[in-house]
Amino acid sequence: MKQLTILSGKGGTGKTTITASFAVLAKNTAVADCDVDAPDLHMLLHPEVVRTQEFKGAKLAVIDEEKCTDCGLCREKCRFDAITEDIKIDSISCEGCGVCVVVCPVNAITLIERISGHAYISKTEHGFMAHAMLSPGEASSGKLVTLVRQNARILAEKEHSDLVIIDGPPGIGCPVIASVTGIDAGLVVTEPTMSGIHDLERALQLLRHFNVTPFVCVNVYDINEENTEKIVSFCKENDIEVVGKIPFNAKVTEAMVNGKPIVEYAPESDVAKEIEKMWKRVLSALKHGGA
Amino acid sequence: MILSIASGKGGTGKTTVAVNMALSLKDVQLLDCDVEEPNVHLLLHPNISEEKTVYVPTPQVNEELCDHCGKCGEFCQSNAIFVSSEKVLVFPELCNSCGGCVIVCPRTAISEEQHRIGTLKCGSAGDLEVVYGELDVGEPMAVPVINEVKRQIKSGKTVILDSPPGTSCPAIETVKGSDFCVLVTEPTPFGLHDLDITVQVLEDMEIPFGVVVNRAGIGDKKVYEYCEEKNIPILLEIPHQRKIAELYSKGISFSLEMPEWKPKFQTLFDEARKLAGK
Repeated sequence: MKQLTILSGKGGTGKTTITASFAVLAKNTAVADCDVDAPDLHMLLHPEVVRTQEFKGAKLAVIDEEKCTDCGLCREKCRFDAITEDIKIDSISCEGCGVCVVVCPVNAITLIERISGHAYISKTEHGFMAHAMLSPGEASSGKLVTLVRQNARILAEKEHSDLVIIDGPPGIGCPVIASVTGIDAGLVVTEPTMSGIHDLERALQLLRHFNVTPFVCVNVYDINEENTEKIVSFCKENDIEVVGKIPFNAKVTEAMVNGKPIVEYAPESDVAKEIEKMWKRVLSALKHGGA
Repeated sequence: MILSIASGKGGTGKTTVAVNMALSLKDVQLLDCDVEEPNVHLLLHPNISEEKTVYVPTPQVNEELCDHCGKCGEFCQSNAIFVSSEKVLVFPELCNSCGGCVIVCPRTAISEEQHRIGTLKCGSAGDLEVVYGELDVGEPMAVPVINEVKRQIKSGKTVILDSPPGTSCPAIETVKGSDFCVLVTEPTPFGLHDLDITVQVLEDMEIPFGVVVNRAGIGDKKVYEYCEEKNIPILLEIPHQRKIAELYSKGISFSLEMPEWKPKFQTLFDEARKLAGK
């Protein structure tokens, strides 16, 4: 089975727009929305949830106030500032590490499981979708990403599909790493801005670090053609294939407002055509080597 | 006054708002807490006067003292220590540096070594003090670098924090302790959806907030309806203009080329301060 992740480094460059279109073009494949703290893909693919799983991430420390003597040792040893001056647990800061449990001289503290979010297995018009929602403010997004990816692989196997398409979160930290480990190819979506270029370079370094074949797509390339040229020559120098240059088109936002992937909403638009071309190129690289 | 600039969705214009606001005020410290993809320095080109490596403590096992009792492995909630009958394996990238394994080891076989995860950079661009962090590529934990950036906060100053996107730990860690949070969104379904998630977090954290609508004119009116319904103040609208987008693409803060915007950012700050009760 092949796995492709759409990532970007910088947020808001068009990952979800492209993933949704790929899901339509791929037909009957499994997609995974791994942006678990701000997922958006469902607004374009309208999944019908078939199964919901509770996700238990980090545990939470709880103090039994009857036993607690206010000695403050837990507060002293907690490295996450999760115990307040009046010896209460700050649930937002608590990482569930359990240090307070072992240092408490009167065994007043225990770790309890908490539900940190939900994972979903869903049907869409175009195939299957694994997605999730991390409860606002929770940690452990990397673990939830791993669960979503597992679900997507199971779905793909059941459907005899040999491809999983993953919509990654922005950044290069924990949830992004969880979205790219063990994949076959990463498509980095960037924009021709100074930030876009900077963040693209870091995203490419990340893919190299995890030995993943990179592809690049420049979105809204005509906002600054000089910068687009810079990106293209940078990729050339580093032997990275630029698989597409998508022009700015107000139809993209229109499609989003109408809750549709652009290749469905405006199939004849320049944007849809370019995404289709990109899809064919990436798919052929995944199937016939090169990724 | 500590003011953080956040958004659930990425690419809505947090950095644009943070930098333009900082450039419109006096005596400001601007801290870029998006250590995974820091961008403030690309717009401001600060002179860096101090650079510091950021380390986190991770366990180091003295095999001579260890009798492989396995207590550390049992304790560790992050699965960063694995104990077999002959060897202890440590996975520093999974470790959250709680220090618990050192405490539970009955033979004091575990000590902590410094594991490098990023860099802190401090400098200035004109009168503006700029601090940012850079997480090393391949390192998963951004929070300790964010904390190092936030340690540079000088009390009594006006501090602007540029947050990473999302609502998980890096964003929470950034906005924690802020007097006010400016949420930057765009008037699209994605913008609204992610705004709503962030609003829930800020309400939980009891941090007062207001909204800046960027790229006003695109999308639909639902962000406005949402804010009206929830009684959330819209503090500023930045129109969707090719000139602003082009300047940003070149790494230029638009208020420098369009000085009529400076008073608007000053007003934004004044409004925020009033709402924060400062």
